[in-house]
Amino acid sequence: MTRSRYLIIGNSAAGVAAVEAIRQADGKGAITVVSDEDVVNYSRPLISYYLGGRVSEDRMAFRDRRFYERNEVALILGRKAEELDVERRRVVLSDGTELGYEKLLIATGGRPIIPPMDGLRKVREGAFTFTRLSDAKEMLKYIRENEVKEAVVLGAGLIGLKATEGLVERGIKVTIVELADRILANTLDREASAILERALGNWGCKVIKEDTISRVISSRGRVREVVLRSGRSLSAPLLVIAVGVRPNLELVEDTPINYDRGITVDEHMRTNVEDVYAAGDVAQARDFLTGWSSVIAIWPVAFRQGKVAGWNMAGRETRYEGLFPMNSVELAGIPTISFGTTNPPEADGYEILARKDEESCLYRKIVLKENKVVGAIFLGRIERAGIFSGLIKDGIDVSSFKEELLSDDFGLLVLPAEYRKHMVKGEGMEV
Amino acid sequence: MRKPKRIIIREEYCMGCRLCEVYCITQHSKSKDIIKAYRGEEPRPVSGIYFEEKGSVSFALQCRHCDDAPCLEACITGAMYRDEGTGMVLHDREKCVGCWMCIMACPYGVIKPDFGERKVASKCDLCIEAEFPACVEHCPNEAIILVDEEGERIYKEAV
Repeated sequence: MTRSRYLIIGNSAAGVAAVEAIRQADGKGAITVVSDEDVVNYSRPLISYYLGGRVSEDRMAFRDRRFYERNEVALILGRKAEELDVERRRVVLSDGTELGYEKLLIATGGRPIIPPMDGLRKVREGAFTFTRLSDAKEMLKYIRENEVKEAVVLGAGLIGLKATEGLVERGIKVTIVELADRILANTLDREASAILERALGNWGCKVIKEDTISRVISSRGRVREVVLRSGRSLSAPLLVIAVGVRPNLELVEDTPINYDRGITVDEHMRTNVEDVYAAGDVAQARDFLTGWSSVIAIWPVAFRQGKVAGWNMAGRETRYEGLFPMNSVELAGIPTISFGTTNPPEADGYEILARKDEESCLYRKIVLKENKVVGAIFLGRIERAGIFSGLIKDGIDVSSFKEELLSDDFGLLVLPAEYRKHMVKGEGMEV
Repeated sequence: MRKPKRIIIREEYCMGCRLCEVYCITQHSKSKDIIKAYRGEEPRPVSGIYFEEKGSVSFALQCRHCDDAPCLEACITGAMYRDEGTGMVLHDREKCVGCWMCIMACPYGVIKPDFGERKVASKCDLCIEAEFPACVEHCPNEAIILVDEEGERIYKEAV
């Protein structure tokens, strides 16, 4: 049995970030990374770009092969970590290989949720989830072989809409079916959703809301039609199921490792079991804004958590301060960036500043609580939006420049002089 | 990791002339010629500077090349990277897909969308192709200065 100082299960954002962090603190300790996919490295968010033909397969990597060589990583591909024995500190892979570890990082990500639908069991071809490169490749192959011209996408969250975008770019007519009364309901507010919905409509997509698929009709195993809860039926030579992902907990299910929705970790990304860490979409860690422990399945959170886990695994003690939801998504040519609480409950002491220009597809909203920014939406114009991530993180009181927050030329200049000077002089630099 | 050289902003010296932007654009143009860059080149390069002005206060802000840079963590393509040799945060336009995650993550708001030839992010590269940052070189009142990793000032003449 080979035994590594560091064993990392998962080779996406959190796993790669952990490798980088470990090597910053420990140049020598052996690192093994295991992935159940047969690709050296690729960026999951790019699969919609690949589907749409905007990024070719050879440009999918966010770190190249040399990254693993340079960092002396033993990369095990195409094999799944199936068993974990924390007593004996070993992981068994799908081919029976046993790997020992001193420190383990579980970064197994999420897996797509498949809601119950009558008839889905009979489907062997034409229904896809959309989280992996293999999903995109198989979908593309299916589209070509069957000359697919139309598709139904179930779910108008980020994954569903990015899949929609890729399909539209391939000339496919898409109908989106969403259970909520608007698209991107978890990310945006009603106004922003409405603008994007109209843009999707102008782009030739149909959005059916407050409905879902109750039955899938197939012929000879091939998906053909879907019947909605409302009774309506839609032709569906291609079906994409994108209602969300949940933490992929398979590896920890029969172990003493605690999990709630995801694997619960402390501020050092440690699980309750010694020398076992978790990071990324599988982990449940501190949400900076609420202070609660929650799963925030987005790239920057996965990367940060992976990095913090890696540092701590290699003995460089670092606290994860918590992050908050943030998304950047462009749909039908309209860029949108959002942070934190974009759709607060009424009352509860939230203050909302908003400005909208529907004609030009521009919308900006800032959510305040006790004069501090806790959420924001930038739609149409996203320049300098990042400043708000800083305002949220640093808990800046905005009462002295509140009226500037919605301005198009909002910048650092309106910030309190002390804070601004600290910022413009740069990190760790006081002149 | 090596610490990069950094540009320090001294807003009390800034006169608001915006020559920093002019020279930044010129340095990042194909011709490197001020007139051609402005009159002949399509698309004109995007400057790496955000110039801010209100009343008597003004300053030019560019990428801070942070030690712990949020843009590096947010980038989904690996286009944003740390140059090991110089410690600078650099950006590979070829790899970039214009997803704007870096714009979302940068608390200084100094990464711009560039809608020129192809939709990509754009930011200060400390004039890596030249020997000295053009904005610093051409600032008439030393409102932007260059310092080394120790915080010691670097003068153009010394390079």
